[in-house]
Amino acid sequence: MAIKDLPREECYLPGSAACPGCPATMAMRIVFKAIGKKMVMIVPACCTAVIESIHPKTSFNIPTMNIAFEAAAAGASGVEAGLRKQGREDITVVAWAGDGGTYDIGIQALSGALERNTNFIYICYNNQIYSNTGIQRSGATPYAAWTTTTVRGKTEFRKEMGEIIQAHHIPYAAQACVAYPEDLYKKVKKAKSIKGPKYIEIMAPCPPGWRFGMEKTVEMGTMAVETGAWALYEYENEKVTFNGKSKLILDGKIERKSIEDWIKYQGRFRHLFIPKKDVKRLKEIEEHVDKIWERYRACYL
Amino acid sequence: MKKYDVRTTISYPTKGAMGKTGNWRVFTPILDKKKCVKCLRCWIYCPEATVIRNKDDTVDIDYEYCKGCGICADVCKVKAIVMERVGEKE
Repeated sequence: MAIKDLPREECYLPGSAACPGCPATMAMRIVFKAIGKKMVMIVPACCTAVIESIHPKTSFNIPTMNIAFEAAAAGASGVEAGLRKQGREDITVVAWAGDGGTYDIGIQALSGALERNTNFIYICYNNQIYSNTGIQRSGATPYAAWTTTTVRGKTEFRKEMGEIIQAHHIPYAAQACVAYPEDLYKKVKKAKSIKGPKYIEIMAPCPPGWRFGMEKTVEMGTMAVETGAWALYEYENEKVTFNGKSKLILDGKIERKSIEDWIKYQGRFRHLFIPKKDVKRLKEIEEHVDKIWERYRACYL
Repeated sequence: MKKYDVRTTISYPTKGAMGKTGNWRVFTPILDKKKCVKCLRCWIYCPEATVIRNKDDTVDIDYEYCKGCGICADVCKVKAIVMERVGEKE
């Protein structure tokens, strides 16, 4: 599939409250293109609740419901049940939450909805921080990254949400990245065609949160995949298949780039380079990524 | 547009819900149509949907709402889009 084949239809209207270079709107446009107008979106507290813009106007040309932080999946379950009772099962229910509302606050509602076999798509756009409230640490923040609540760098590694989701044995789960729109489009399209709970996580490099130039969003996404900090894969029928660059890294066809190439462009890791290079912590990050890939190879190859 | 009679607060889709966001811009993307190879990378990556895809797959930029992030210039393989500081030409 080439970029030319993506539909022209646009459900996102320009002139929203998003920051320039926002990865969330970038991902959202592709998700809207893949699902089309027949969808209902449930948005908990996250950047998207701001991007929608203020009453009485909104930038989304699809029905959207705002809900409390922890209740995205619970809200989606209710909407899905309501539509099912009305016999309108052609409408796709999408819960669209950030990583804070997925990894930390919304995990019990999400786990419950997956367990109940609710027919919906849960999409988490992961920018690795609570950027809406001013860059606080979340469960997705990587080791040694600066946030306003981890001033000297986070002391813990991020958790693997993808594998927590796999433990629910749902029909479909996937990891994608905004830098690969065709791949993301294909995954959302596939999720739409499957009945039951679906989970898609999108890596979304956030310019103000990660402290890089706003024109570098796509580059940072590409680098995240090429360095192995983020993996593109699909989980279907209990089987994990890696896609694109991640597949080549898994098969050992290409060497993953050094993680340093990715983090040196991000202001949130600046304390590892200035005033003196923190070799110990850089080595710890590198070793952790190696360990993750070793596990991937042992489990999924 | 159809208005709904519901008791909760309801917003209606409008272009430019936060006003003309084009005035946020510090750098303006300038497109050289002769260099363009119609790969549409700028169109798909634009976070603001301000790169307009025409019928023949050429693109135009909606300066009224473009926030000037510069992603289109960054992803362009043939360097058909360059960023110019606002007011530099005058």
